[in-house]
Amino acid sequence: MAELILTPNIAGGDDFYEELINAHDGLSKADSDAYNARLLLILANHIGDRDILSAAINAAKRKA
Amino acid sequence: MFDDRYTLAYRLYPYERHADQDKDTPVRHPVVVMGGGPIGIATAVDLGQQGIPVVVLDDHEGVGMGSRAICFAKRCLEIADRYGAAKPMVEKGVVWNIGKVFHKDGQVFDFNLLPEEGHEFPAFINMQQPYFESFMIERAFELQKQGAPIQIRGKNRVDNVVVKDDHVVIEVMTPDGPYTLEADWLIGADGASSPLRTMLGYDFTGKVFQDSFLIADIKMKNDNFPTERWFWFEPSHGSGASTLLHKQPDDVWRVDFQIGWDIDRKEEMKEENIRRRLDAFLGDDVEYEMVWSSIYTFQCKRMESFRHGPVLFAGDAAHQVSPFGARGANSGMQDVDNLGWKLGMVINGQAPESLLDSYNSERVHGAEENILNSTRSTDFITPKSEMSHLLRNAVLELSEHYEFARPLVNSGRLSVPCVYDGSSLNSADALIGGPARTRPGAPCPDAPLADGFLLPKLGGQFTLLAINAEAPEALTEDGITANVLSLNSSDDKTGALAARYLGEAKSAVYLIRPDQHVAARREAYDENLFRAALKRATGKE
Ligand SMILES: Cc1cc2nc3c(=O)[nH]c(=O)nc-3n(C[C@H](O)[C@H](O)[C@H](O)COP(=O)(O)OP(=O)(O)OC[C@H]3O[C@@H](n4cnc5c(N)ncnc54)[C@H](O)[C@@H]3O)c2cc1C
Repeated sequence: MAELILTPNIAGGDDFYEELINAHDGLSKADSDAYNARLLLILANHIGDRDILSAAINAAKRKA
Repeated sequence: MFDDRYTLAYRLYPYERHADQDKDTPVRHPVVVMGGGPIGIATAVDLGQQGIPVVVLDDHEGVGMGSRAICFAKRCLEIADRYGAAKPMVEKGVVWNIGKVFHKDGQVFDFNLLPEEGHEFPAFINMQQPYFESFMIERAFELQKQGAPIQIRGKNRVDNVVVKDDHVVIEVMTPDGPYTLEADWLIGADGASSPLRTMLGYDFTGKVFQDSFLIADIKMKNDNFPTERWFWFEPSHGSGASTLLHKQPDDVWRVDFQIGWDIDRKEEMKEENIRRRLDAFLGDDVEYEMVWSSIYTFQCKRMESFRHGPVLFAGDAAHQVSPFGARGANSGMQDVDNLGWKLGMVINGQAPESLLDSYNSERVHGAEENILNSTRSTDFITPKSEMSHLLRNAVLELSEHYEFARPLVNSGRLSVPCVYDGSSLNSADALIGGPARTRPGAPCPDAPLADGFLLPKLGGQFTLLAINAEAPEALTEDGITANVLSLNSSDDKTGALAARYLGEAKSAVYLIRPDQHVAARREAYDENLFRAALKRATGKE
């Protein structure tokens, strides 16, 4: 079974990060939030694997 | 005094004084059913068909006006068919397959239920609840005429119940005053606000949704609204946070507006205000007549246990769901399906009383599944936090452009019967390569045969279904007989039987319960193993 990757996995991280930030340029707070929600759903669907998704939902929670 | 709490659509069982009312000592009946709604009447028909005397006490004299349920699912119709009442329902009901989902101004997508071929009954029909109830009652009367021991007593209100060790004492109020009855078994089918639950002090817990729905059934001749299910999220006509439009027979449409929590019920119920919403929704130029309207708040609740000694709860009295997904009456019919044969066998001394505990565990399992599904739909339709609203709208927006998001849109998941996985009545699955959908605990799917459909042949008793396998004519174990239905490939022109019951196996023998759920299956007949399975399925293990 595949595991959730929590080590660096994106080649050109700075480049990706910039693209992500730029996607929000000029959007109102509400549109930006909606954009994030759509992006999240698209990524989740791409992953598909229910165990990975659960692991990710957990990993994103703030550690006590 | 004896006033109606609601207006009747059909007065089918007017009050008649019964000899029981003039007896000095209370008359004891094997089974009394409290409540003559769809679930109480179905219970009476089930028991009556088995020849078990049953008395239904209802505080009204027939079927209430309000439509409430409109969507009746295939399994519900299959059960009604076992009771001999499904044919007129299918004739009356409208069949629909196309659904459309709208968000704000525009349509985001449409879907076709594409029902699987090879079933006698459609996936769903739409029909006003009073029709459903009156077809059931007419069937009860028909059975009565054939000698079935069914009594339905109108304007017989149960005012108090005392539970003894092995029976109950029932105080009944009538227009002629009170009388007392006794019953070995009492079925509480007295609806969501069950007075019986209150009398006996049982809790009904769960979740109340903080939203109200205005439901209007309207009559119009209008070809612009086809026989489809249309659901709007945040419609731009602004007369509700969501709106549902659904066709019923007799040119009647159900319109369902989500109107929020803090509302003035009396104001909202004024015809002019309902018409204002309808006009904004349909357009000013559309002519219609108002048939019925009501305001509901929805909840998902259940009793912790559906059996308390000689008292058994069924239908809305035992569990209540929000209507998204049409699981109320549909699941109540599954309660009756499950309870009828068990109670029958216990009363006839063919099975131990403990068999009734499996009614509780199996139907609690069903209720949990229904509550889970309808809670999820309600949360999608009426999101409770800002973030859940945001995500909901993101799903809707994406579903317009990308197919992947469409299955996440949840405007109600249509009712399917539950599989009694893990039930104590099941024997371990021994059919290697057998389809998952017919594993022990599952309801039997229908299949077309050379001469009709499979389910009617299973009837309402234990059956050994042998496919491409040798089997005796019948198997009797401790007073219970399973008749054998032998089929082979020549009965299966379409291949549906093999696909649904064999999978990769070459042959199979199934032990099927009277409620048409699978109890056991294996590749070949084995007398000892099927004897054991039959014992297990009747609570003798
Ligand atoms: C708006 C709405 C839409 C719905 N849509 C659907 C749908 O599409 N599909 C679906 O399957 N379900 C639907 N439902 C649910 C469905 O209507 C109920 O699940 C169903 O009516 C339950 O039947 P019942 O026999 O358990 O209870 P009820 O129909 O409530 O019947 C209870 C009976 O008991 C009687 N009674 C009460 N107290 C006493 C007493 N003290 N003595 C004697 N008799 C008594 C009452 O008069 C009544 O006749 C909907 C419900 C609502 C509100």
